[in-house]
Amino acid sequence: MLPASTKDIKMAEEIKLFKVKIDNISVEVEPGTTILNAARKIGGEVVPPAMCYYSKLQGSGGKCRTCLVKVSKGSDADPRPMPKLVASCRTTVMDGMEVANITSPEVLDARKGVVEFLLLNHPLDCPVCDQAGECHLQDLSYEHGADSTRYEFKRRTFDKVDLGDHIKLHMTRCILCYRCVYTADQLTEKREHGILGRGDASEISTYISQSLDNDFIGNVIDVCPVGALTDQTFRFKNRVWFLKPVDAHRNCENPKCCGKTVLWMRGDEVFRVTARKDKYGEVEAFICDTCRFDKKEAKDWIIEGPRKIERNSVISQGHYVNTVKPKDPLVEVLDGRQPRLVFNIHSESQVNRPDIDLSQINGPAHSDDFKK
Amino acid sequence: MGRKLLLDKAHIEGIRYYDTYRSNGGYAAAEKALKTLGPDGVLEEVKKSGLRGRGGAGFPTGLKWSFIAKPEGVPRYLVCNADESEPGTFKDRYLMEFIPHLLIEGLLISSFALGANSCYIYIRGEYAWIPDILEQAIAEAKNKGWLGKNIQGTGFDLEIYVQRGAGAYICGEETALIESLEGKRGNPRIKPPFPAVKGLWQSPTVVNNVETLAAVVPIINIGGDEYIKFGTGKSTGTKLISACGNINKPGVYEIEMNISVEEFIYSDEYCGGIKNNKRLKACIPGGSSVPVLPANLLLKTAKGETRMMTYESLADGGFATGSMLGSGGFIVMDEDQCIVRNTLTFARFYHHESCGQCSPCREGTGWMKKVLQNIEYGKGKMSDIDLLWDIQRKIEGNTICPLGDAAAWPVAAAIRHFRDEFEWHVANPQESQTRNFGLAHYADPLPAPAPAAV
Repeated sequence: MLPASTKDIKMAEEIKLFKVKIDNISVEVEPGTTILNAARKIGGEVVPPAMCYYSKLQGSGGKCRTCLVKVSKGSDADPRPMPKLVASCRTTVMDGMEVANITSPEVLDARKGVVEFLLLNHPLDCPVCDQAGECHLQDLSYEHGADSTRYEFKRRTFDKVDLGDHIKLHMTRCILCYRCVYTADQLTEKREHGILGRGDASEISTYISQSLDNDFIGNVIDVCPVGALTDQTFRFKNRVWFLKPVDAHRNCENPKCCGKTVLWMRGDEVFRVTARKDKYGEVEAFICDTCRFDKKEAKDWIIEGPRKIERNSVISQGHYVNTVKPKDPLVEVLDGRQPRLVFNIHSESQVNRPDIDLSQINGPAHSDDFKK
Repeated sequence: MGRKLLLDKAHIEGIRYYDTYRSNGGYAAAEKALKTLGPDGVLEEVKKSGLRGRGGAGFPTGLKWSFIAKPEGVPRYLVCNADESEPGTFKDRYLMEFIPHLLIEGLLISSFALGANSCYIYIRGEYAWIPDILEQAIAEAKNKGWLGKNIQGTGFDLEIYVQRGAGAYICGEETALIESLEGKRGNPRIKPPFPAVKGLWQSPTVVNNVETLAAVVPIINIGGDEYIKFGTGKSTGTKLISACGNINKPGVYEIEMNISVEEFIYSDEYCGGIKNNKRLKACIPGGSSVPVLPANLLLKTAKGETRMMTYESLADGGFATGSMLGSGGFIVMDEDQCIVRNTLTFARFYHHESCGQCSPCREGTGWMKKVLQNIEYGKGKMSDIDLLWDIQRKIEGNTICPLGDAAAWPVAAAIRHFRDEFEWHVANPQESQTRNFGLAHYADPLPAPAPAAV
C-alpha cells in the first residue's frame, strides 16, 4: 500500500510543478514553496536578503521586511499583480507567477528604507562586536544601506544581561527577528525567554531574569542574525577572521544532537564551537550545548578538514580558492618572447619556503602550515 | 429627520433590558431568521442588502461571510470586534451600552447564518463597565431561550462569551485580536492564511465589527431589498457617526448615507455647527487613521461636487484630494487648531501602540514622532518635512498589518494639504510657540477645474 501511495504523490508532484519567473529567470518548484525558496533555487543575486526567516524554524519570517518583493503577475489563472509588496519568505508561489526583486526600483527603494529602519536604533559597534565578520546586518547594510543616517535622536539602549553562564544578551543590538524565540519553542523543552513590551520598547527578556538553561538553548546564538546573543565562552577572545574554521564531529551522547560542528581554531586551541552554516547563514543541523560549550579541546573532536567559507566573506580574506588565473598577455605583447628572469630570490635564500604554495592552503595561513 | 434603523428605539426607557426590548419588536428578526429564512436565507438577505463592514475598511459583509471555509468536523467561530480603540471613534460603545440586546440578536442571527456555535465578543479593556452590561443581557437572553442549547426549539446551539482585552489598539486588527483571544501576545498574523480559512484555534473564523453585526438585525427585519433603499449607491443603509471636536453637539449620530458633509456639520439635527461660531479649518472624517482634509476639500470634491457622507464620496479623488469614511470617527477642527500639534498627537499614539513585530512600523513610528516633536516645539528644520514624507512613504504598504498604513496616512495627508503650516512652524519657531497658524487659505474655494479639452 505504502509504495503505491508514495508513487501517487510523486506522480502528482511531477504533474503539478509550478513555473515561476523571478527577475525574468524561470524556475520550476513544487507547490507550497515560498518565493524566497524559489529564488534560492535559482541562487545568486536574485535571492532576497532575509533577516528573520530561518528555513529550519517553523513559523519564522515575515517580520523584518527586508525580503519584500513585487509580484507583477499573480498567476496564470489570475494575472493581476499584487497591490502591495509582499514578504517573499511567507508568500507561496502560484503557477505562472512573475516576481520582480532586483529588477524593481520600488523593491530596492523599500528595502533601503527597511535597512535604514533596522539600523535606526542599532549601535553600530561592529569594531567591538563579536558577531562582526559573520553578521547578517553588516552584510545587509553593506549591500543595501545608505552611507549615513538621517536619524538625529538618541538611540535606544539597554543594559547587557547574562542569560546564564553561556549566553550574553546585548539587547541594544537586537533587531527583534524572533528567531531565538522560535528556536527555544521548537528545540528546547521549555521556552524561558520571549518578547516583553511593545513597539520600539519591546525587548528580548526572560521572566524576572531567569537564566536560560536547556540542552539546546545555545542554538539561539547561531540563529541570531546580529550580535545580540553571543557566546560567553568566546566573547572578546578573538575576531572570527583570525580563526581557522574546521569541520569536526564527535559521537554526541545526546540523541537529538547531530554532533557535526565547526571548530574555530588557532593552532591547537579551539576558541569556539558552532553548528555548520550554509551560504544563507542557516545552520545545517542544530547541536547541543555540551558540544558547543564544554568540548573546547581539539582531542574531543575528530577533525574532518578545513571548512569552506564563501569567497566574499571577511573570514576567508587573504586566502583565495577556486580563482581563475587571468591569461597572461605579456608573451603576446612581447611578440612571443618569454620574459627573462633577472633575479630568482629562491636561488639566493630559503626564507620564503618555495615548497609551500600559499594558494593551496585552505583558510588563513598559519604558522602550522610552515611546520610541515 | 433622517430615517434610523439601529438607534430608532434607543430613546425608550429600559431598552437595555430584555422585556422592554422584546416588547418593542426585539428578537423578531432572530425569530424570522431561525424559523423561516434559514442560514442561506440570512446570507442571501445580507448579500442583497449591500452591507459593508463598519469597522473601517468597508468590505462587503455578505462577501466576507461567503468566504468562510466549511470543512467537515471543524467548528466555525464568529468573533465580534468590540476593541474600538481608534481615537475619535466611540459608536460601538454607545450601541453596546444602551441597546446590548440589538448586538446579541445580531450575533445570534449571524452565527446562525455562519453555522458557528461559539461566538466571542472581544471588548477593549478600557470599556470596563460594558462587559457587565453585555453579560447581563446574555444571561437574560439565555433565560428566555435565545441562547444556549436548542434555541427556540430549532436545534441550533449558541454560546456567547465576552472577553476583555488589555487595552491595546493593535488588538483591533482581526488577526491580532484572534491571537489575543487565544491567550497569546497580540501580534498580527501574517496573511494568508486569512481568518476565514484559519482563524481562531486554526478554525474558520469571521471577525466583524459591532455595528456591522447589529446592522444585520434591521436587514432581516425589513429585508435586504428594503435596506438597499437607504443610503446612496454602494453605501447602503445607515451609519453611526461619532462626532467630536469643535462642534456644538458632539455625540453619536445615526445618519442615512445620503446627506452631505456640510449638512452633517452645520444642521441642528446633527453636529449643530462649529462651536463659538468659529470657522471650519479641517476635518478627519473617519477616525484618526484616515487622511485629514482641509475645509475646502472637505465640503466639495476636487471635481467641484458636493461631498456626501458616503464611502464613495469621501474617498473621491483618492488620497490626493480625498479621505475615507473609515470607522466613522468624525473629528472637526476649527480655525484655532494646530495641524502640526494634531499630527504629533496621532504620531505619538501610533508610536505607543505599534506592536513592534515588523521593523518599518516599530522604528518608523517613533522616528516620525520625534521629528514632529521637533517641528512642533520650534526645533525643526525645513528638511524635516521632506524627511517625514520619506519616512511615511517607506512605512506605508511595507508592514504586516494596516497599523503601519494607519500611522503613515495622517502624516502624509497633513503634509500634503497643510505643508505651509509646517513650513511656518519651522520658519517661525518663536512665534509658533505662542500662536497658531490660523485658518489661512484652507477654506478658500477651490479653483474651478479646467474644462475638459475638446
